Amino acid sequence: MTKVASPERILFASTTQSFLEKEASLSRLRELHAAGISFEPDWWRRAAELGWTSLLVPEELGGGSVSGDGVADLAMVAELAGRTVAPGPLHPVSTVLAGLVEAPENHCATIESLVSGEVVGSWAVYEPGRPWAPLQPTVTATPTGTGYRIDGVKDRVEAGVESSVLLVSAQCDGVVRQFLVPTDAPGVRVESQGSLDMVKSYARVHFDGAEVSESAVVGSPDQTAELIARQSQIAQVLQCAEVVGILDTVLAFTIQWGFDRHSFGRPLASYQALKHKYADLKIWFEACRATTRAAVAEVAARSPGAELAVSVAKSYVGEHAPGMLQDCVQLHGGIGVTWEHDLHLFLRRVTLYRSMFGTPEDHNLRVYALTEQLEPSS
Amino acid sequence: MTETTSVATQTDESVEDFAARARAWLADNLPRIDPASLPDNDRGEETPWLRARELQKKLYQGGFAGICFPREYGGLGLPIAYQKAFDNESRNYEMPMILNTPTFTICAATILDTGSEEQKRRHISAALRGEEVLVQLLSEPSGGSDLAGVITRADRVGDKWVINGAKTWSTSAFAADYGLLLARTDWDAPKHEGLTMFLVPINSPGITLRRIKQVNGSIEFCEEFFDNLELGDDAVVGEVNGGWHVASRQLYHERRAVGGGSEFSSGIGSEGKTDMPIDYVALLAATGQADSERAREMAGRALVHRAVREQLIDHVYHGVLDGSLPPAAGSIIRITHAETHHLEFDTVLAIAGSSGVVDVGDDLLRYGERYLSRQSAALGGGTTEIARNIIGERVLGFPREYAADRGVPFNQVKRNKS
Repeated sequence: MTKVASPERILFASTTQSFLEKEASLSRLRELHAAGISFEPDWWRRAAELGWTSLLVPEELGGGSVSGDGVADLAMVAELAGRTVAPGPLHPVSTVLAGLVEAPENHCATIESLVSGEVVGSWAVYEPGRPWAPLQPTVTATPTGTGYRIDGVKDRVEAGVESSVLLVSAQCDGVVRQFLVPTDAPGVRVESQGSLDMVKSYARVHFDGAEVSESAVVGSPDQTAELIARQSQIAQVLQCAEVVGILDTVLAFTIQWGFDRHSFGRPLASYQALKHKYADLKIWFEACRATTRAAVAEVAARSPGAELAVSVAKSYVGEHAPGMLQDCVQLHGGIGVTWEHDLHLFLRRVTLYRSMFGTPEDHNLRVYALTEQLEPSS
Repeated sequence: MTETTSVATQTDESVEDFAARARAWLADNLPRIDPASLPDNDRGEETPWLRARELQKKLYQGGFAGICFPREYGGLGLPIAYQKAFDNESRNYEMPMILNTPTFTICAATILDTGSEEQKRRHISAALRGEEVLVQLLSEPSGGSDLAGVITRADRVGDKWVINGAKTWSTSAFAADYGLLLARTDWDAPKHEGLTMFLVPINSPGITLRRIKQVNGSIEFCEEFFDNLELGDDAVVGEVNGGWHVASRQLYHERRAVGGGSEFSSGIGSEGKTDMPIDYVALLAATGQADSERAREMAGRALVHRAVREQLIDHVYHGVLDGSLPPAAGSIIRITHAETHHLEFDTVLAIAGSSGVVDVGDDLLRYGERYLSRQSAALGGGTTEIARNIIGERVLGFPREYAADRGVPFNQVKRNKS
């Protein structure tokens, strides 16, 4: 984020920022949308070369972070990506890597290809008609003697169409396990699902007796809940960080609009009713930044409070960000609801993130449950 | 928040050794309390103040009073790390919490910034010995948020100052020995330039004090009427007609204290029962809603907002220190404090249901009572509307609100119709 950083980190940030400004501008986003393209594989390879995919990966597995705090570095990339609502599979690839690096046995080659950007992977965790419940899959994995047979349906798999490999959660002998499943395996069928976002696409994935080898399993049975928790936290803090970048950008140009736009011979920002709305936007923005920063720090430190901190941030940011964008539309007036104006590009992304990986309401319930565990009622 | 008025002196004792010494002393000298069932400590009663003075005296005698106040004024002159260590050790002991604000964090801190040597030596050390309670006499019946528009007058008569007027919303003035009183000394100057701060003995002839009863039954706040109260030059704090500077320091220290960022505060936790955070888990259990998803979600949301308020206080405090936010960003904390307070009491009212409004013997009516005075948090210390103006104008840099009294001699400024 914006904390005092080493020269290496500042350089990494500025390289990332100029790459995004040149290669992932808002006009580029509109072009991709018009062409029906989610992101270009070559563009993603170049992003990977900048180091985006190596941040969560230890050096012995071919990764490395700039500051030694890979989670914070990655959150910074997400925040910068928010400034131009960049395309690309940063979130799904990072989430899969977050799980694989905890249990790399048999998966070093996959990790390497994800880090290089040659391959895209995604977490297949949601299931049709069911809310965010990562520990209650209905997809099954049946041992076959030589491996596993996967059956069932996943959906809302980000970049599923572009992915070569999926990390699939499934019930296996009465416990939840995760498996790396190539999307070209027999019995795997991927259907595209559109979203509110200009470029982010999702997929429904059918597994009809898809066979994978013994080595496809990720982590031990005991470890799986922890891996899923870590993957969830990474996915959720990346959303929060990207939204902070979006809000920072949108607020900056909406505040400037308040100075520049005149009505009845006065700048908009001289009207108290509008000034107070702007003040609220500033308060909520600083609160979103504060809670996201706290969550990133807890996840980075793998603190026992990480799950609570992430749910607090995800709930708060999810509750406020879409409404803040709508306030900015209101402050712009009629121009704000036109296709030509960029506001909706940002609004689409924050609205998408509000409801993915747990709604604010889901996370409120989680925060209550965690509080109850800490302070059982006497 | 960029200035620290306390000056750290050298000490050979490490923070750890200091903490160990404090631990031993506290065990021998102060009563232990259960943080889950605090004494009432109603600030509107006399008893808690007498008790706080006794406790403060013990702290002083034990060498643990005024950890960050300079040694020459009765403190220990140590850096904030020592105060934090002491707070940590004293967590489960009965502490004179009600003396923190306004006595130490606002009044003593302001006297330290702006008072004469004599005032500092006399009043800061008396407060640290538990012999003086200090309060602020700022707001007036004629207007709240427009503080610089005060009309209480101090007229020069011979070598005396003669005070006439009225003050209101003075926190716990009935329990105080001295008050910092802002009065107008030059009516020909524009409003900020004709003010002077006085340090007034509360039990003087010429002061009539009356309690204000609030909606929740509290009688902590007071109003004072001044009829030819006579003061000498030694009562002036700072410069004559320089009172706005002194008042600004008070406001600065007040904002810091509210955010928990004052090094002059000693002890940690709630002041008393009415100040305790809401225990939603206990509330849901008491109302038979431990398994209600609706109630759990509402309570969870309130807990989220409570947690974010704490994270925001920390973020703004450090943002002001490192210059990424201007000092006026303190108003962000002020508004969030009120908004979170609103949400918590709206939530508790909803969850308590009819038990919050009819006394059915489950002790939940107190939440309904607390709801009735919900707006206090959005009014005390300046309204949230004024705070939003401050964010708009001094954080975002928007044009200032029109003020008809700017640069105008105060005696030509239009005032309330009587």
